[in-house]
Amino acid sequence: MTNELIDEFTFFVLAVFVGFEVISKVPTILHTPLMSGTNAIHGIILVGAVLIASGAESPVNIVLGLVAVTLATTNVVGGFVVTDRMLEMFKGRQPGKTSPSPSGRGQGRGA
Amino acid sequence: MSATQIAITLAYLLAAVLFILGLKQLSSPKGARNGNFTAALGMLVALAATIPLLHFTPAGLVITGIGIVIGTVVGTVGARVVRMTAIPQMVALFNGVGGGAAALVAVAELLKFGAHPAFAESFPSVFSIVIGSVSFAGSAVAFAKLQELMTGTPITYPGQQVVNGLLAAAIVGFAIAVIAIASIPFSFLALMVLALILGVAFVLPIGGADMPVVISILNACTGLAVAASGFTLNNFALIVAGTLVGASGSLLTKLMSDAMGRSLGNILFGAFGQVHTAATAAAGAQGRSVRSASAEDLGTLLAYSQRVIIVPGYGLAVAQAQHAARELADVLEKRGVEVEYAIHPVAGRMPGHMNVLLAEANVPYEQLKEMDQVNDDFKNADVALIVGANDVVNPAARNTPGSPIYGMPILNADQAKNIIFMKRSMRPGFAGIDNDLMFGPKTVMFFGDAKDSLTKLVSAVKAA
Repeated sequence: MTNELIDEFTFFVLAVFVGFEVISKVPTILHTPLMSGTNAIHGIILVGAVLIASGAESPVNIVLGLVAVTLATTNVVGGFVVTDRMLEMFKGRQPGKTSPSPSGRGQGRGA
Repeated sequence: MSATQIAITLAYLLAAVLFILGLKQLSSPKGARNGNFTAALGMLVALAATIPLLHFTPAGLVITGIGIVIGTVVGTVGARVVRMTAIPQMVALFNGVGGGAAALVAVAELLKFGAHPAFAESFPSVFSIVIGSVSFAGSAVAFAKLQELMTGTPITYPGQQVVNGLLAAAIVGFAIAVIAIASIPFSFLALMVLALILGVAFVLPIGGADMPVVISILNACTGLAVAASGFTLNNFALIVAGTLVGASGSLLTKLMSDAMGRSLGNILFGAFGQVHTAATAAAGAQGRSVRSASAEDLGTLLAYSQRVIIVPGYGLAVAQAQHAARELADVLEKRGVEVEYAIHPVAGRMPGHMNVLLAEANVPYEQLKEMDQVNDDFKNADVALIVGANDVVNPAARNTPGSPIYGMPILNADQAKNIIFMKRSMRPGFAGIDNDLMFGPKTVMFFGDAKDSLTKLVSAVKAA
C-alpha cells in the first residue's frame, strides 16, 4: 500500500462520517431538494471527465471523453438549476405566509 | 510538492468545505436556497483548481469544449423548461447521466493502466464501472416510469429474484476476472452490459410511487461511483465530494422511507412474490361495479353539505386544476359550506408540491390542512372530494398487510359520510394497485379530467 492510498482511504472514511452528520436532521419537506442538491454535487465527476478528455488522442478516448464531459456537465448544470427552481417555489410559503395561520401549522412544518 | 500542487490541494479543500456547508444549509428551510449556491460555488472552485492539471491535446481541447457547451445547454434548458409536475423525473435523469459519466471515466482509466493494473487501481475502476452503470440504467427506468413512458405498476415475474441474483453473481465473477486477469481485452464491456441490465432489473419491480426513494438510492450509488473514480484518478475532490454524497444520500434514503412509514426492504423487494396477490386483486376488481353520478346530483350533494374536505392529488396538478378547485371552494363557501383541503405529505409526488400549487391559486393558507391535523375531521365531514388522488386515500395501506403500500400513512377519506372520487379512469393509481375505496358503498365516482370535472361541479353548485 502506498502512502497516497492510505491518505485517500483516510479522507474517504472521514467523509462518510461527515456525510452522515451533516444532514442528520432534515424536515420531510426538504427531502427532495436535498436529494437534488447532493445529485448536483456528485456532478464533480466533471473534474474526472475533463482530466481524461483533455489529454485524449486515440479515437476510443476521444469518444469516451466527449460523452463523459457532456454527461457530467449536464449533471452539474441541470442539478444545480433544478434544485434552485425547486427551492424558489418553496419560498412562497416562508414565514411571511406562515404567521397569519392561527393553527400553528407553521411550527409543524418547520418552515 | 510544488507551489501549484499545494494551491490545487488547498483549493480542493476549500471546495470540500463549501460542499459540506452547502449540504448543512440545504437541510434547514431557512438557508436551503443559499445552500445550493454555496455548493455550486464549491463546484466552480473545484473545476477552476483542476485547470492547471490539464495538458490539452488539440482533440482534447475540442471535445472538452463541445462537451461543456452541450451539457450546459441541455442541463439549463432541461431544468428550466420542465413543468413543475415533472421535476422528480428530471432529478432521475441528471442522476443517471452522472452515473454514466463516472463509469466512462473509470473505463478510460482502466484502458490506460494496460494489461496488468495494480489492485489499488483496477478495483476502484471496476467498482465505478459497475455502480455507475447500474445507476445510469436504473435512473433511466425510473425516468420512464415517472414520465409514464412505461407502466408505473411493479413489473414482476416468477423467479425474478433468482434471475437478479444470477445477474449479480455474474457481475461479481466478471469483476474478479477483470481485476485478476485484465489481459482479456474489453472484458469490462461485458461487465458494463451486465451492470446496465442489473440496473433495469433492479428498478422494474418497484412501483412508480416509490420512485423518489429509488432515485435517492441511485443518487447515493452515483456518489460512491464518483468516489471510486477519485481513487483511480488519485483526485482528492472526487473522493471527498463523491463520498459525501454517498453517505448523505444513503441516510436521506432511510429518512425518506421512514417518512413514508415503510421499511427500505419493503420498498425495494416488496413486490417480489406478490405476483399472485396482485393477479387475484385485479381479477376481483373486474367483477365489481362502481357507482357514478351526474354533475347535477353531485352539485346538489355538495351545495347542501355543511363540511367538505377536498383531497387534492397528482391528477389535480397534471390537469392544472388548482384554480378550478379554488373556484369550487369559493362558491361552496358563499353558500355557508365549510371547506378545507387535506394535504398528504407526498401528494403530488414530491414533498411540499401540493402546497405550492394551491398557494399559487391563492387558496387561503388556513384552509390547507396537513394529514395529522385533518384526519380526525373526516368523520364529521359530509363530503370528501377526492380530486386526482388515489394511493394516499387507499384503505389497503391500513387494512391489507400484503399490499405494497401497507403501512403508509393515509388520509381517512373513507370515514367521511360521502365520498366523491374524481378520476380520469378506473386505472389504478401510481402504486399500481386497486383502491377498495372506489367500490365502497359511500363512494360515487365522477370520471373526467380534473379541471373539466371541477368546472362542471362549479356550475352545478351554482344552479343547485
